[in-house]
Amino acid sequence: MTATARLTRSDAGTLNHMDLFKTDRAKHATLARAWVVPEPSRCVQCGVCSFHCPVRIDVRRHVWLAEPVTDSKCLTCAECVRRCPRGLLRFQRIPAAMAPGTDPRDI
Amino acid sequence: MASRHVLIGSGPASMSAAETIRSLDSEAEITVVGAERYGYYSRPGLAYYLAKEVPEGRLFPFAPEDFSRLGLVWINERAVKVDPAGHAVTLASGRVLPYDRLLLATGAWAIPLDVPGAELDGVTKLDDMHDARDLIRRSRRAKSAVVVGGGITALEITEGLCSRRLDVHYFMRKDRYWGNVLSESESRIVEEGLARRGVRIHHFTELRRILGADGQVTGVETGEGARIPCDLVAVAIGVLPQKDLAEQAGLVCARGVLVDQYLGSSDPDIFAAGDLAEVSDPVTGQGTVEVLWNSAVVKGRVAGRNMALGQGQAYVPVAPLNVTRLAGSRITIMGTVGSGGDSDVQGIVRGDSETWRRLGSGPVVEAQVGDAHVRLALGDSTIIGAVVMGDQSLSFPLQELIGGGVDIGAIRTDLMQPAAPVGRLIDDLWMGWKGYRA
Repeated sequence: MTATARLTRSDAGTLNHMDLFKTDRAKHATLARAWVVPEPSRCVQCGVCSFHCPVRIDVRRHVWLAEPVTDSKCLTCAECVRRCPRGLLRFQRIPAAMAPGTDPRDI
Repeated sequence: MASRHVLIGSGPASMSAAETIRSLDSEAEITVVGAERYGYYSRPGLAYYLAKEVPEGRLFPFAPEDFSRLGLVWINERAVKVDPAGHAVTLASGRVLPYDRLLLATGAWAIPLDVPGAELDGVTKLDDMHDARDLIRRSRRAKSAVVVGGGITALEITEGLCSRRLDVHYFMRKDRYWGNVLSESESRIVEEGLARRGVRIHHFTELRRILGADGQVTGVETGEGARIPCDLVAVAIGVLPQKDLAEQAGLVCARGVLVDQYLGSSDPDIFAAGDLAEVSDPVTGQGTVEVLWNSAVVKGRVAGRNMALGQGQAYVPVAPLNVTRLAGSRITIMGTVGSGGDSDVQGIVRGDSETWRRLGSGPVVEAQVGDAHVRLALGDSTIIGAVVMGDQSLSFPLQELIGGGVDIGAIRTDLMQPAAPVGRLIDDLWMGWKGYRA
């Protein structure tokens, strides 16, 4: 069982960010396999996520466009996930069929 | 000739309409008319600004280049008249804008308090950026505040002022907070959270008048004659859809502007979206007003599409959902969860849907699931509403089960047993449903 699978809750694909960085192995697995996905219907575009991103990704814009944070700079550091006042950002395993135009080496 | 679209209002309904129109018609002339001097920003984000979680400059979702990409003409002025026969809007300056299709998205504004002293300096509200700035400016000098009203806004103000180290008194007319949406235990969780933050809650307390000296607030007097000194009085007793323009134009209005399923008003070339639009429930026919960001975005998209292409896409109401924080506890409210009135508010408040309060006498399941307090309102074959407080893991499955109208026949009886394993039942049903869909 991989670290990612072990951290998975019953709702397949969703990871509990509090446990994510417990070990380097888990971190490595996350960096390789997960991205931040939004639940756009819960978003009010308040900007807290973008404000806290250490590499200045406009996370809010991704949410408005209802797309995962595909930005190659994303560290999967979980700052946006943790800070979102409405809890609408989550880590999700990157699906096998990647979004068009996304280079797996960039994740 | 390019079609001319005029959108009145500068909130999310207007912005999503503008984006949709532009995506369908690259030639269209799109003009946004808004009296809001700060333009387009996150109104719900003002609560986080007040609580020092985000700086003011971050509340603006669109950068200048986003507006240029949309090719909008933005007029920062109040529209004072709509002439449906002449297809023209008159602005405060006297300028006249002709239109082919018009969107009314003027939002909803706070109902003022009707007590002696309400005109004093220091009586505040939280409608817009101007109010948030005003509250922040005043909180630097003020020591104490009295908050009256209910729903989300009253608590946003209460918690914002607490985080700015004011002594806050919160008045409630009855025995508990938001009694027509929350259950007794949910109200209690919120009130305990407020008390832990040092808020002084006054149950069964009405504000009779506001006291002042030299035009400034100095205190309040309660219905029973008690006097509480304070520097600020914040009011959040409800909001009213701003339908003056629509009424003056002769459009059919009730609580908001009545629209059909295409979000068209009684005039074929005028649409309404956002807090202003009163939509009919397709099943019951009941008119419904919602003051929710996401509803405004979705309605704006549908209205924009129908403005650009002619009436073709129906607005399908979804189970209204809002997620917020009340006294430090995260809470998601979805579907239909309460009933009746709340004596602390008149009609609807911000972050609120009338649908929430249409609960009949069906069974309700209330349970503690790990770190979450969960309440489910059950229909004959579906979950019709839910409130999740604390840990939000279950709120995502519930959002899909309620939104998808998923049949709960297999677990309905089990859910109603004493000490039912509610979390597992919901998770299993959701997993099964997702598997079935996949």
